[in-house]
Amino acid sequence: MSAALFHADTRLAPVPMRVVSARAETEETATIVLERPASGTIATGVPGQFNMLWPFGLGEAAISISGDTADGSRIVHTVRAVGPVSAAIGRLRAGDTLGVRGPFGIGWPIDRARGRDVVVVAGGIGLAPLRPVIYAVLRDRTAFGRLLVLYGARQAKDMLFRDELAQWEARSDLELFTTLDTADATWTGRVGFVTALLPQLRFQRGNAVVMACGPEIMMRATANALLPTGVRVDAVFVSMERNMKCAAGLCGHCQFGPHFVCKDGPVFPYGRVRELMTVREI
Amino acid sequence: MKTMASLIREHLFMVGIDENYIETVAGCARNVVYSSGTYIFREGSIANAFFLIREGHVALEVYAPQLGNRVVQTLGPQEILGEAWLVPPYVHDFDARATENVRAFAFDAGCLRGKCEADPAIGYTLMKRFVPIVVQRLQAARLQVMDVYAKAS
Repeated sequence: MSAALFHADTRLAPVPMRVVSARAETEETATIVLERPASGTIATGVPGQFNMLWPFGLGEAAISISGDTADGSRIVHTVRAVGPVSAAIGRLRAGDTLGVRGPFGIGWPIDRARGRDVVVVAGGIGLAPLRPVIYAVLRDRTAFGRLLVLYGARQAKDMLFRDELAQWEARSDLELFTTLDTADATWTGRVGFVTALLPQLRFQRGNAVVMACGPEIMMRATANALLPTGVRVDAVFVSMERNMKCAAGLCGHCQFGPHFVCKDGPVFPYGRVRELMTVREI
Repeated sequence: MKTMASLIREHLFMVGIDENYIETVAGCARNVVYSSGTYIFREGSIANAFFLIREGHVALEVYAPQLGNRVVQTLGPQEILGEAWLVPPYVHDFDARATENVRAFAFDAGCLRGKCEADPAIGYTLMKRFVPIVVQRLQAARLQVMDVYAKAS
């Protein structure tokens, strides 16, 4: 095995990290904050990248970074309990230790979005990988055009980051549109699939970057709704999710056609994966 | 003072429609206002109008035993409210409740259908506007019922 394989960035060797805080976002989703080692062995990453999180003895799961990547003191992840590993991560409490490898992958095209309108379209847990984008744009707000954030959730109780959504709602430099798939009559917000918000949006369709994350069918529907309206196909980016194992493009578990989602993604230009997204065998 | 036709022309649904057609359909329109909480129409009632929403939001609701009133869709400014006027028996399938104060143009359904029958070019123009919206809503409704944010079983 070559020395280059075990790169100095320790991405193949988990680094123990301490949980400094944990909070339940919903019944099945939690956010954990990890203290970044002073040694700096784990990079903070960039918006859209992920880490492999290892609750000792159970295995690893690829979890996107959901916090502010400019904050060098901590790394934040939001995880939905879908299996034993993610459920164990969600049960972690302050003081617990977790193994971390990463960060991995290609992130969102923040630099490309400079000078343009930014349209963030999130569905369900998909808001977590996009939250760092929102932080990045807000931090350098004048470098971007309008910032539109669309967020669709299943029900009110499934909405992530509710305190932060309320703060964003109050801002004049961010246009937030939330919608639920279903609600009772006490809900005063919007109801409908997130794509139903798109036709009425006002932004520079020919000079915008769209970043979408959620179920694949939601991202396809988003692109299908936007492309005929003047949004350029090379300005739409999606984040793909596949079963990751090595996270370094070696094992092939996350192969998606000619791509390895772990190293060629998880963020892809939509034009690069649009055909693959409709191939059933992949 | 702006005429009804000039006001209607500014609504997203009407943008780009031939001026003469707008003048014609404006004869079927009136300004309406609904205060928050008011039901604009009820399930089972005759669809004697359709609406172009100017301000405020409307919730489409359906009542189901055990579940109570469920909101299936909300509509807002620059959207249309009501498709039942297009298709016999012209009966609403949902309740429509103003969740905020709502201002809208209400088009008399009988008047509009009469003008479409009299001048099929107007009818065709309007149908070309309605059908994409209905299709978009159908596609969105399909995704809603798929419950795509639920855990994969």
